[in-house]
Amino acid sequence: MKCGGVCSVAIELDKIYAVWLREFKRFTNSKGRMVGSLGMPLLFMFALGSGIGSLMPGLNYNLFIVPGIVGMTLLFNSMFSGVSIIWDREFGFLKEMLVAPTDRLNIVLGRILGGATTSVLQGLIILLLGTFMGMSLPAAPQFLLTVLVMALIAASFVAVGIAFASVIREVETFQLVMNFVIMPLFFLSNALFPLDKMPDWLRVIASLNPLSYGIDAMRDLLLNAGAYPLMLDLSVLFAFFAVVTVIASYLFGKTSI
Amino acid sequence: MNIIETEGLTKKFNGFTAVDGLNLTVKEGELFGLLGPNGAGKSTTMYMLTTLLKPTSGSAKVNGFDIKTQAHQVRTSIGVVFQDHTLDDRLSAFDNLDIHGRLYGIPGGERQKRIKAVLELVDLPEWADKQVRVFSGGMKRRLEIARGLLQTPKLLFLDEPTLGLDPQTRRHIWEYIEKLRREGVSIILSTHYLEEADYLCDRVAIIDHGKIVALDTPAALKNIVQGSSIQIDCSDPQKLLAELGKSKSVKHTNAKIAGQVLTFGTPEPGRAIPLVMKLAEKAKIAVNSIETHKPSLEDVFIHYTGRSIREEKGSGVDEMRRRMFRGH
Repeated sequence: MKCGGVCSVAIELDKIYAVWLREFKRFTNSKGRMVGSLGMPLLFMFALGSGIGSLMPGLNYNLFIVPGIVGMTLLFNSMFSGVSIIWDREFGFLKEMLVAPTDRLNIVLGRILGGATTSVLQGLIILLLGTFMGMSLPAAPQFLLTVLVMALIAASFVAVGIAFASVIREVETFQLVMNFVIMPLFFLSNALFPLDKMPDWLRVIASLNPLSYGIDAMRDLLLNAGAYPLMLDLSVLFAFFAVVTVIASYLFGKTSI
Repeated sequence: MNIIETEGLTKKFNGFTAVDGLNLTVKEGELFGLLGPNGAGKSTTMYMLTTLLKPTSGSAKVNGFDIKTQAHQVRTSIGVVFQDHTLDDRLSAFDNLDIHGRLYGIPGGERQKRIKAVLELVDLPEWADKQVRVFSGGMKRRLEIARGLLQTPKLLFLDEPTLGLDPQTRRHIWEYIEKLRREGVSIILSTHYLEEADYLCDRVAIIDHGKIVALDTPAALKNIVQGSSIQIDCSDPQKLLAELGKSKSVKHTNAKIAGQVLTFGTPEPGRAIPLVMKLAEKAKIAVNSIETHKPSLEDVFIHYTGRSIREEKGSGVDEMRRRMFRGH
């Protein structure tokens, strides 16, 4: 391999691509898992949306809940994707990646991109099915911005998952992450309830939850019903993404087999 | 040139010393065996040499690169087949190899050629597009060996390559390993199967409690322990021994009689049998059975450690392994 700097950059990018490719192939090879992971969000969207919607006069809850459920889909799938490094450790594939002449940072970036890709795809499916709730899709610029917001949410929570998986050694501990991280992030956000109707204590917690800003941005772009300015939402999302990516890279860099 | 040199290589886990001051030199082109019971420190040694674990003290060079300061170069120059399966079984054989090739920075055209070549080497080309989860244990092992060779490493690490495989599959894997040796790949193989070390390795290091207790060719190691012996179950062992003493046609040492059985050491037990039969016939001694015993690496292991390699199995050792890998 005699070539200069451009070529070595291409090789490094190919290594990130390899990790991305693995995530993507695993996703496309297990369609059953994909369908399965859409079940709960769909139930939430249609059952909860219609049920609670009928109790909330003055708010079009059917529409309100769609971005919330898209956020839920992104949160769950991204966290699962990141945390699945625990399974890679258990079933050996982590060794295959760690013994390769590939920087840990490239592995982290590949996984973030891979997990984000598959999560966004599932989020988009929910979004499209949301049109059955009566939601109409926005014009192209808003739609593309929505996809960007979805990608930021997804990438951030994949990174959070990687960070947890880097310090957790037992598969059993995953349940702990599920109950004490993923579930609270979902319920203590604006996914199901509007911020202005929440009791103060919940509103304070929800406003500290980065997921709220992602969902708020989507409500702004899809329903023109954001509680915060869009620029604030995007700034929080970018900042959160940067911080958790650095943390994930640091912790994964220190992890061992 | 030496492909591996270690100096006082040591790994401790929470006060437990898994590898204890290992000094080892492996020559280029050698098939070198690490033989020892489960928990002896073989895998830990492999993990240090492949840069996955940092040594507590000591140093090692692999392909001339320092495992601590030149980990990246070490990784580029080696292939590794781990003891536990490390394939992604949700991907096809081809995808496993393709992703591996990209992680090792092998450019596209060359990668395709290499994938084809290594799949042919292990007789799996028609399985390229099947998901690995439908593969048998032996096929997975072969695919892992193929993957370890994809980057044309100068040195291949095989950690217990035939663990848990049936005897027939084990034979097949041995054939592939021999094929590699003929192609000039240096190989480090760890095993707790004595016959595997004996059959395959140019030199063997016997490891116990993290230390090398003996290191030589399998033949030389077997020569160290008492030589071959012969056991004769007959009607009058005392008389037969006396006849042997008179005739001098059969060399014998350390003769022992237990009940009807005469045991003695002799360099070539196969040649001794007809001579013994002739003597017995002349002296009218009825021979019921004759058994010969050639020294194995098992005898060598017992000689150095005072116990059989097969004794150290079961939950105690497993527990120790778990402690080693979870507790840090």
